[in-house]
Amino acid sequence: MMIAPRALAVLALVAVATTACRKKPEPEAAPAVQPTTVDNSAADAAAKAERDRLERERIERERLAAERERALAEARNALAAAVYFDFDQSALSDNARATLEAKVPVLQGNSSIRIRVAGHTDSRGSDEYNMALGNRRAAAVRQYLVDRGIDAGRVEIVSFGEEMPAAQGEDESAWSQNRRAEFSVTSGSIGTEE
Amino acid sequence: MTTPRFATALLLGALLLAGGAAAAAAQVPTTEPGVRIGLSYDPGSRPGVVVLPVSGPAGDSVRAILQRDLDYGDRAVVITDGAGAAVAPARLNYALYQRLGAAAVVQGTLTPTGLTLAVHDVAKRAVLRTATLPLPSGTYGPEWRMAVHRAADTVEEWIFGTRGIAASRIAFVRNGRLYITHSDGAATEAITGSGMALSPAWHPTGRYVAYADMSETGTQIMVRDLDTRTSRRMASGGLNITPAFSPDGERLVYSHGTNNGADLYVISPFEEGAPRRITVGRGTLNMSPSFSPDGRRIAFTTDRPGRPDVYMTAIDGGEATELLPFNFSDQSYRSNPDWSPDGRSVAFQSQIGGRFQVITLTLKDRNVKQLTNEGENEDPSWAPDGRHLVFTSSRSGTKQLWVLDAETGRTRQLTREGGARLAAWSTHDRVPIGAP
Repeated sequence: MMIAPRALAVLALVAVATTACRKKPEPEAAPAVQPTTVDNSAADAAAKAERDRLERERIERERLAAERERALAEARNALAAAVYFDFDQSALSDNARATLEAKVPVLQGNSSIRIRVAGHTDSRGSDEYNMALGNRRAAAVRQYLVDRGIDAGRVEIVSFGEEMPAAQGEDESAWSQNRRAEFSVTSGSIGTEE
Repeated sequence: MTTPRFATALLLGALLLAGGAAAAAAQVPTTEPGVRIGLSYDPGSRPGVVVLPVSGPAGDSVRAILQRDLDYGDRAVVITDGAGAAVAPARLNYALYQRLGAAAVVQGTLTPTGLTLAVHDVAKRAVLRTATLPLPSGTYGPEWRMAVHRAADTVEEWIFGTRGIAASRIAFVRNGRLYITHSDGAATEAITGSGMALSPAWHPTGRYVAYADMSETGTQIMVRDLDTRTSRRMASGGLNITPAFSPDGERLVYSHGTNNGADLYVISPFEEGAPRRITVGRGTLNMSPSFSPDGRRIAFTTDRPGRPDVYMTAIDGGEATELLPFNFSDQSYRSNPDWSPDGRSVAFQSQIGGRFQVITLTLKDRNVKQLTNEGENEDPSWAPDGRHLVFTSSRSGTKQLWVLDAETGRTRQLTREGGARLAAWSTHDRVPIGAP
């Protein structure tokens, strides 16, 4: 925003007067620079400009905070997103890889974070076999992250077999939701480092 | 062992107290220890057995337990109709029992410290055998019931030459807790608190139960001492599941999660030492081991053919071989083997039409037999007689434990509260240390 030359002149005068005051206080000189009506409006404009500037900064700060919050939420969601498997499989599907790929930058950008991968199965099959299958699913997930450069020591694995289903029921809809690896943060948190 | 003379003295004392039973037992033949005198009955049929009323404060319970145990043993037909006199007769009317179809009559007499048993051979009109077994006095709790079960097993041994399985226990899991129940489903008791217990396995002495304990950070192998009521951790870190004690009780095999699979490891549960790996699965899953009775081999579940199947391997290494050839149907999903105590067969679960059923394979002739077909049936475990099996079945609508006689196909429901699974049948119950 441009400031009118006249207003500038007034501002300059005020500045000079102020300097003069500091040098030798002469209260009697004050009336000489009594602001006129024009001068008043110029000061108001300046104050408004200042207010506008602060407002703009506030909006920008809030925008950045919201953006950061959104990015943090996205990062948290990316890190927490479950990975799903086919029946009796621990191989990673394209979908599973895409889900895991989104976790990589989060783990890279937040090196204090350690995570736990919990492997689960559906209710079909032997209870005992499913404990081992859940473990292999979690291990397959860890291997993917390690291959993408994440330190193996940051990824702990655990299996719950078929013992903790996400969905109840004995149909494909429930089974497909239960054949999964879940993620939780065991130490550190997202966004505590730049 | 008591000497025959001492036993006779005890018996006479008991008979004097028992009064009415004296007349019948006066005909006790003197038998040499170690010599078995079998009952005379048609070997092609199940002999009828009458259990006479037992007098005394807990006499009715003793009789009911003996009758039920003999019935559950599936070797005898327990005759109750027409034999139900309120009190034991002073002199046995052998002709009457013969008419009722009884080959044997069981006579029990309570003494202050025990139960005197006499088994009569109806055809010979004579006492086959007699002895006095100790009973805990004062209470009628689980130990007292177990002592009566021992009496029932003794009666079965006298009549059939084979010890019964009444005095044995079954460990299982319900809602994450470990439970133990007697072979008749009575005296059920939780032995672990809240948690997530899986896969109990008996030590051959019956004193310890190993199990897997699942937590948020991993699953560990624990051993519960039933005498001291304390648990000890055997293996922890990552995945540790499906323990099994060797028949001599000196080794414990379990499955441990590796980088990309799960392999079987063996440790000495009561000594220090590092686990030794048994299977080299190269990324396959290997779990649910069961020892052969000689302790040299194990049957286990593995997915090395690309699907879960039952394999066998030597405990000291060597190749693992499949139990059965591949079958081009869902029947090739096989798991959870249990080697029979006589070594002759392996029971396991196999998918048939999308549902698990209990199957046995006789090792000598490779004969495969499907034992169940109602509902889904899983996790078989042999009784110490190598004839009965306990397993999980969904047939009643909830997961319950059922007992099946592999010879007759007769089944009975063991548990009544839903969610019971992963049963393990103990060896014959030991006489507790310090018992008379």
